[in-house]
Amino acid sequence: MDIKLAGIHHTYGDREVLRDINLDIASGQIVCIVGPSGCGKSTLLRLLGGLERPTLGDILQVGNTPEGCLNPLTYVFQDFALLPWRTVAGNISLVLEDHGIGQAESQEIINDVLARCKLSDFADVFPKQISGGMKQRVAIARALAVNPAVMLMDEPLSALDSQTRELLMDDIVSLWTRQPFTAVYVTHNLAEAVRLGHRIVVLSRRPGEIREIVNIDKPLSERRHADPDLEQQQNALWQMMRDEAMAADAELINA
Amino acid sequence: MPEKTKPEKSQPENLKSNNTKQTFEPNSRMNTRDPYVSVPNTGAPNTPVKAPEQRSQTKGQPVPFRGGGFAPVSRPWMGFVVFFILIAFLEAGTRIGFISALTMPKPSDVFNTFVELYNSGLLWTHLVPSFTRFVIGAAIGSLMGVSLGIAIGLFSYVRAGLVPLIAALFPVPKIALLPLFVIWFGIDEASKYALIAFGTFTPMVVATYGAVDNVDRGLIRMGQSFNLSWFSIVRKIVLPGAMAGILSGLRIGLAIAIILLVAAEMLGAEYGIGAYILQAGSLYDLERLFTGVAILSILGVLVNSAIGLIEKRVLRWRGV
Repeated sequence: MDIKLAGIHHTYGDREVLRDINLDIASGQIVCIVGPSGCGKSTLLRLLGGLERPTLGDILQVGNTPEGCLNPLTYVFQDFALLPWRTVAGNISLVLEDHGIGQAESQEIINDVLARCKLSDFADVFPKQISGGMKQRVAIARALAVNPAVMLMDEPLSALDSQTRELLMDDIVSLWTRQPFTAVYVTHNLAEAVRLGHRIVVLSRRPGEIREIVNIDKPLSERRHADPDLEQQQNALWQMMRDEAMAADAELINA
Repeated sequence: MPEKTKPEKSQPENLKSNNTKQTFEPNSRMNTRDPYVSVPNTGAPNTPVKAPEQRSQTKGQPVPFRGGGFAPVSRPWMGFVVFFILIAFLEAGTRIGFISALTMPKPSDVFNTFVELYNSGLLWTHLVPSFTRFVIGAAIGSLMGVSLGIAIGLFSYVRAGLVPLIAALFPVPKIALLPLFVIWFGIDEASKYALIAFGTFTPMVVATYGAVDNVDRGLIRMGQSFNLSWFSIVRKIVLPGAMAGILSGLRIGLAIAIILLVAAEMLGAEYGIGAYILQAGSLYDLERLFTGVAILSILGVLVNSAIGLIEKRVLRWRGV
């Protein structure tokens, strides 16, 4: 399933946050959205998943959802959004319960996604007992459990320390290599963008417009930490964004 | 071969012992400059090693600890100690005589009165109707309070319409309404249930909608993003998230229910703890008055610890 954004404008009251966004998200690709803080990238993601309605423009799903897809547009949140009163397995079962899936099949799905995210030993612990990296793995497992057509990832690694972030990036790459999924990945971290993105969409500062779309052809599995090619790409992106970021930083919040 | 491995093994040890010297690089450089002097120089490392000793000779003071207090620590026996000291003081005071028998009964006499009451079988005659009124009234009040609180928390029209009404009802002394309730619900049990229920209801509403307001919006948004049904979101996300606040509201609600129970029984009941206390009071029978008060206190403690047990079970996830 592809997603097509056509002429998206979005305003909060008098404040214009997004201007004329046209973008195609092709299936099987990870599209990273980067931009200075406050440029509306998280807003764009909320629009994509239908958690907010754009002021103007259309967001279209093109094509059929894959077989066995329970929730085509599925989020992975920055703050994990796990229910603290449910165990790891219970958090995943939460999203399967409303679909009339039998106990056995549901258990099978849970075991499968836990194994894919290296969480099999943690099924019966509470979120409070595990590290931030593990919590985000649980959230990713929960997203995989509904077999999404598009994963909408809102700065999923931003709440984690840099070492955990490295580990999780490797995990996301290996998940994708084993079974390619479509994802829109919002981040302010350019290193993440060049590691995970097939396409990188650079937004300008508010009101967010698409400044440039960069394609990175190197296969995900061949990208390494501190890869010189990627560093070069990352630098080029940073040069592009630097002035915008400085200007965004100097802006008043409620001006 | 074995000879070679030996120095290899010992090398890391050397490195370890050298660690302290490594900071004094100038000296080691001198060593490398003229290897001939290396034998007398073995004493040379001693001079830099002295430096930290010299430092420690100027007396250091331990960093003062300032982080104590403020965090609650469990001291379960302390409550009993306070009770014990208080009762012992009253007992001693009434026996020696610096507390007049007119102002305070002997705790031992109160205890004897309680035993008499128990032996005569009257304890249950008073306790059973009181307990029934408390349970039925509080159950009606808290169920209605929690339901309305959730409705206020979820629907903005209900909130806008009813929050001012609740604010107007909360400060009304419910005892003042008993005559009205007698007209509405009759002189029998129903008016007492209504009074207790009404008293429990208002604090439960306020506690519940406050608790629903405090449920993490991110979790609700997560539920919506996974297409959970409205009912599922309420049952699986909102209610468990609000449970801690609802239970702490229940502590207040049930304490108020006990107060109103006694008030209702004082105004019109043949049997019940309230009637028993009223009777003792009008005869100025301090032993019986205090027996009744003690029964109420015990009831309060029991209710409180019952809620504590429920909290421990329902909110187990917070403790792990």
